[in-house]
Amino acid sequence: MIYKRIDGRAPDELRPIKMALGVLDKADGSAYVEHGGTKVLVAVYGPREVHPRHLASPEGAIIRCRYHMAPFSTQERKNPAPSRREIELSKVIRQALTPAMFLELYPRTTIDIFAEVLQADGGTRCACVTACSLALADAGIPLKGLVASCAAGKYQDRIILDLNDVEDKGCQADLPVAWLSTTGEITLLQLNGLLTEEEFQEALNLALKGCRQIYEKQKETLMNYYTAPAKELVSETGQEGSK
Amino acid sequence: MSINIIPQITRERILELAGKGRRIDGRSLTQFRPIKIERGLIKKADGSAMVSIGSTKVLVGIKIETGEPFPDTPDQGVLMVNAELVPLASPTFEPGPPNEDALELARVVDRGLRESKVLRFEDLCINPGKRVFVVFVDIYVLDYDGNLFDASALASIAALMDTKMKPYKVEGSEVVWIEGEPVPLSLQHYPVSVTMAKADGSLLVDPSLEEEQSADALITITMDEQNRLCAIQKGQGSFTPEEVFKSVQIAKEASSYLRERLKGG
Repeated sequence: MIYKRIDGRAPDELRPIKMALGVLDKADGSAYVEHGGTKVLVAVYGPREVHPRHLASPEGAIIRCRYHMAPFSTQERKNPAPSRREIELSKVIRQALTPAMFLELYPRTTIDIFAEVLQADGGTRCACVTACSLALADAGIPLKGLVASCAAGKYQDRIILDLNDVEDKGCQADLPVAWLSTTGEITLLQLNGLLTEEEFQEALNLALKGCRQIYEKQKETLMNYYTAPAKELVSETGQEGSK
Repeated sequence: MSINIIPQITRERILELAGKGRRIDGRSLTQFRPIKIERGLIKKADGSAMVSIGSTKVLVGIKIETGEPFPDTPDQGVLMVNAELVPLASPTFEPGPPNEDALELARVVDRGLRESKVLRFEDLCINPGKRVFVVFVDIYVLDYDGNLFDASALASIAALMDTKMKPYKVEGSEVVWIEGEPVPLSLQHYPVSVTMAKADGSLLVDPSLEEEQSADALITITMDEQNRLCAIQKGQGSFTPEEVFKSVQIAKEASSYLRERLKGG
């Protein structure tokens, strides 16, 4: 018999994912990602001048990243002050994106990334990485590739992909992974929980499989967003348009 | 604020040597710097240990107090890990509330201890939902020459091994400490962490500060005595899946060496 999860998914099945680009007017780039019940919104500003200026580096742009959960995003109200967890995740997300960027192109500037979790339903850091990478692309910042992210874990003694909130809270191990599309390298890797070596291999391979599926979705979203206006123009004027 | 700057020539030398499987201080790729573990240095603490790995030095003190349990685990004691990068340890450390590096350090050590179930947390419950024992693990970085994760994780477990609990009795829902011989805390597992730096394709165990700063990527893997993985944290840079699996193999060997050192004192 095939093992069915609490939400009816197969062990290696992702939750439904929605992605949208350019959702904010003022930001240089923005993206919205829904990953199951998890909803995140990301804005990118920059490259822009660094304040305070002593933080600037002559060797390249600095990246500042803030991962933050809205007070209403969780069951119990979350204190809006950044928690220890949020500060750690901000660092981890920044390190997940840095390998994809050409920072040396923009010395003495900053690229600011703001990720807000609007609704938390498990896998928020992964949804943020996926959305951040899209928002960077939307901001026109050159990237070595897109970064796609999802988690695998161990729940009720089984290795499963993409844990939802219930699975996340009751899991024996959680393994969030981010993957850089062009080099196939892992840019985010954390483990929280107990896994044997074999289970770890299985979980990492499963998470990478999930990342590849998410990458396809990212690519599709980018393509649709940047070709759609051109199509409209064609239908209105009967001529080739470009964005 | 100042930043660590290493000469370009040192960086190039480290990478060049790493490509040939060698290191700037003459160590082999999987060799730790000299490790020293001292216990019981702080008599006012319930347990303490100082670990040096090369010139990196970390002091950990354990204090056991009583407090309220977390709402989702009403019948379990609480483990609190905090790390301070005190300004005396490095020209780049500044006074003030813990920054992201200090928080990450504390949380990675915490994960290793918590996930391996180093303590039987059910035994630290006094009155379910109301009163439990809180075990504070305070990490003090005294000298920073790279690889804070391993030194801190090693010092934390060494300090827990050194920890003795004062005898007590429960009156109502309160704990009253009484006279008598303190009892050692019983530990169920011995998690230790192994940090590796990737430089020119090689994985260097226990990177020094110079090596950390020259490295393309960093990864920390925490394993218990049954070789189960209890925590992983990738730092800067990126790894191929093959490199990750290889680092797990290296961590397996290296962590058993650390655990031997832990027993040897």
